[in-house]
Amino acid sequence: MSGAAVRLDDVTFSYGETSMAFDLAVGTGSIVAVMGPSGSGKSTLLNLVAGFETPASGRVLIGDLDATTMSPARRPVSMIFQENNLFAHVDVANNVSLGRSPSLRLSPKDREDVAAALARTGLTGKERRLPAELSGGERQRVALSRVLVRDRPVLLLDEPFASLGPALRREMLELVRELHAERGMTILMVTHHPDDAEALADQVAFVDEGRIAAFSAVEEMFSASAPAAFRAYIGT
Amino acid sequence: MTRDRRILAGISALTAIAVLIGGAFAGLAWEAFSDWSGALSAFNAYLLRIVRFTLWQAVLSTVLSVVPAMLVARALARHPAFPGRGLVLRLFALPLALPAIVAALGVLALLGRAGLFADVLTAATGARWQGIYGLSGILVAHVFFNLPLATRLFLQALETIPADQWRLAAQLGIGARTGFRLIEWPVLRAALPGIAGLVFMLCVTSFTIVLTLGGGPRATTLEVAIYQALRFDFDPARAVTLTALQIVLTAAVVAVLIRLGANMTGDANLPVARRRPVVAGKFEQVANGALILAALLFVAGPLAATVIAGLRADLARLAADPAVHAATMTSLLLALIAALLSVALSLALTMARRAVELRRSSSASPSLLERMLDTGAGFVLVVPPIVVGAGWFILLRQSGNVFAVAPIMVITVNAVMAMPFAIRAIRPAYDAASVRHERLCASLGISGVNRFRLVDWPSIRRPMLMALAFAMALSLGDLGVIALFGSDSVQTLPYLLLARMGSYRTEDAAGLALFLGVLCLLLMMLVDNARRRR
Amino acid sequence: MRDRFLIILTASLGLAAMPAAAQEKLTVYTYESFTASWGPGPVVEKAFEAECGCDLEFVAVADGVALLNRLKLEGSGTQADIVLGLDTNLTYEARETGLFAPHGISLERVSVPGGWDDDMFVPFDYGYFAFVYDTEAIATPPASLKELVEGDPEEKIVIQDPRTSTPGLGLLLWVKAVYGDDAQAAWEKLGQRVLTVTPGWSEAYGLFTSGEAGMVLSYTTSPAYHEIAEDSQRYKAASFEEGHYLQVEVAGATLKGTENPLTAQFLEFMTGPGFQDAIPETNWMFPAGETSAPLNPVFDTLVEPSKTLAFTPEEVAQNRQRWIDEWLAVMSR
Repeated sequence: MSGAAVRLDDVTFSYGETSMAFDLAVGTGSIVAVMGPSGSGKSTLLNLVAGFETPASGRVLIGDLDATTMSPARRPVSMIFQENNLFAHVDVANNVSLGRSPSLRLSPKDREDVAAALARTGLTGKERRLPAELSGGERQRVALSRVLVRDRPVLLLDEPFASLGPALRREMLELVRELHAERGMTILMVTHHPDDAEALADQVAFVDEGRIAAFSAVEEMFSASAPAAFRAYIGT
Repeated sequence: MTRDRRILAGISALTAIAVLIGGAFAGLAWEAFSDWSGALSAFNAYLLRIVRFTLWQAVLSTVLSVVPAMLVARALARHPAFPGRGLVLRLFALPLALPAIVAALGVLALLGRAGLFADVLTAATGARWQGIYGLSGILVAHVFFNLPLATRLFLQALETIPADQWRLAAQLGIGARTGFRLIEWPVLRAALPGIAGLVFMLCVTSFTIVLTLGGGPRATTLEVAIYQALRFDFDPARAVTLTALQIVLTAAVVAVLIRLGANMTGDANLPVARRRPVVAGKFEQVANGALILAALLFVAGPLAATVIAGLRADLARLAADPAVHAATMTSLLLALIAALLSVALSLALTMARRAVELRRSSSASPSLLERMLDTGAGFVLVVPPIVVGAGWFILLRQSGNVFAVAPIMVITVNAVMAMPFAIRAIRPAYDAASVRHERLCASLGISGVNRFRLVDWPSIRRPMLMALAFAMALSLGDLGVIALFGSDSVQTLPYLLLARMGSYRTEDAAGLALFLGVLCLLLMMLVDNARRRR
Repeated sequence: MRDRFLIILTASLGLAAMPAAAQEKLTVYTYESFTASWGPGPVVEKAFEAECGCDLEFVAVADGVALLNRLKLEGSGTQADIVLGLDTNLTYEARETGLFAPHGISLERVSVPGGWDDDMFVPFDYGYFAFVYDTEAIATPPASLKELVEGDPEEKIVIQDPRTSTPGLGLLLWVKAVYGDDAQAAWEKLGQRVLTVTPGWSEAYGLFTSGEAGMVLSYTTSPAYHEIAEDSQRYKAASFEEGHYLQVEVAGATLKGTENPLTAQFLEFMTGPGFQDAIPETNWMFPAGETSAPLNPVFDTLVEPSKTLAFTPEEVAQNRQRWIDEWLAVMSR
């Protein structure tokens, strides 16, 4: 399956005293780095796409679908969080299998896919481990394996590699890039690291005070012509 | 590693409890020294029969309370914001505060021979309904007491699940049944031994309910035999023997329960998401609603009967009665001090248990100290207050007017008896907070009071307040060790209630029961408000 | 500042008053309902203090059994001069404690059914156990214990447990007095009529007034309370032709009390009108001494037993456990 375009059409959302308004169109198969100060609304943006939050007004469109009020499970979306991506009492293989069947009823084909996904992320041989017995990087690999078996056109990454070391993080970004090359899904990735954006993304969406303050190609955002607020944020 | 002061605090608390119980035993043993024949004569066929009945009714009551409680707690956890949810939870704290006879009369007002449903049941069974006396009556009353308690405790445990897990489940489209197995069951299972153990102990020691609703001496618990031994026969040797037997039997059952449970070591991280999406399907919503409603009706029925009976009393006269004022003040004061003491002891034990757990490797099995700090303290529940009271009065009687220390006796016994409840409320939150912050605190060198104030307090404030309210409610409803020996200086509300009931003033007693319930409800509301404000 | 002053003031006043007060104070241990605001305690206290010019202090415990236990717990260190509220089923054990002294007063004003000649305990009231029934539920009450035993098992009664309550023990003795060796067979039949067996009188009477059963084990005087205090004739006691079992409540002086001259004065006072006038309509029992006026006419309408049944305290003490075991064996089936 290839990617799907993601559009937030005049979406407004309020939480407590903060109100947010997003208007964004992400092209099919592109990779967008969502950047911005803490509390600016990056995670909320992803949650609106994933369906964990419902907009007060406006529409969320994924491909041809109007997903505005759709339940998270029915949206063509996978998401990886910073932590807690795995069920603590379920082994690696079943954590991945849940991406295919929420009731863990698998066909032989499903099992093959799970094994393939684990092989692809370098986890062969660790199928029966529990999450507590894995390293942080391995845990996120399990989450990526699940993304592979779920095979949804949109992937949302909410700072998934923030707690990994530099080498490990580069390795993971490389893995995501390869998977993107193979599957062509649309990726929205929240990150604070310019390196991540430059290594992976085509475009940067700069979120500031609940708005999309800028949305341009990576080269442009990391050049002298970038908006002053963004340059202040990344410290150049 | 430096010596952890938390362990010291826990050992001190444990020592205090051991002194309280040990002292009582010593006192009785002293008195029994001259004549140990009672100890031997306690073992006969009659004893075997009551032991069998005690265990059987307690096991059944526990299963019937705990299993539905898990489902109700799960339903409540899945719907964190429906209107009236807070009220349901507050109502669920009330049965604790009711003296057993009030609850029994409440149950009978519905299911008794002259109860509200008697005609329906007569029509349904085809014979004159003779009331829910016998094992079924005992079970209904025990479930009335313990289902709400267990529900609240399970709910506490469920609320420690990181919100991310729910979001993940929502995205993966995991249905209710699989979600239960993957997310909720592990948490419930970890909490099960503690909660089931607590309920079991409460049912083992049941006395008034068993005798009043049991229909006859067929239904006799060990507690009745202990009471008889001390109060009617004044045979300390037999009382000590029977109490020891009660402790051993309970320990055996609790050991089995610990095996059933699992130790909860999840990957605990800071829960980042603030809100949990509720994606219950239509069917599940209806099922959960029905479940909560059923539990609510079950608990509210006898409560409503208590209220209706209470409203028939001359409430204006009661409200103006100086004896009622005095008893209310006494009850509130004693309950507050007992609750504070109880929470302090519980916190010490909880912190020490965690500290001891951190010191061992995760694969090693818990040491005796850790087990003592955890379930050990719970066993105070199966030492009847009359045993503690009698033992200490014997010990202290050389020191002049021992009844002057009666209020201290009441406070200490209530505090210790409420401890198992307080621990259940505090421990999950404390342990979860510890998993998150332990290393950080160690690295920053934050310990002792500073650590408590800055790190632990914010995470355990809510459960601590709940524990305090629980302990207070429990102490309010307790008749007090003193009732059995008497003291003018300690006239509590339940004592007054029983005194009125014992001299034909049934309506006064009903009015006081209503008053007690209202007091407890106010207490719960106060705590809820305090929790919200901060 | 002011508070501290008050404390010092109170303390010094207390100290000054103590030597005198210690001489003229009488401590009486009794049961809770005796000292309740509606009980005889307040009236008795006022009357005796007026007579002796001393301070009468009541210390109340839950009931007669608790009274004896408390005394056992305190032993010779007890504060009590007088223990008031034991019943005849407890006097044997009370005597065995060795804590009581002979009363040494004249018993000529005392009158209880069957007479009284105990040297240690002085009776202050008495009553008969009876089955009280609800006239709205039962048209023809049983006329004898036999009728009660053999009555319709569908018509339920509530009784108390002899292991934990005084009336419960009373019924056990009553059945034994009437049926003798056939008591077990009688319990077998009666057991079918028993709705439930409660730990104490309160629970049983509560079940009865809430309509759970048409009949309850109580006292012949119970209807007097309902008629005088509540102006209701709904509850009546059933008269049994075999007679009714007697309960006599007594007081006794402790060894410590013999050192206090007020002790004998109180026991003497107890048998006269100052004390006895309060008993019928506050303790709801029959006076065991002289009253200044005839009782409220309602008391004349109560069941008057054709025969008084009672075992001696010795018989009760020697057989109680065995009889309870017999009872348990039948009722546990």
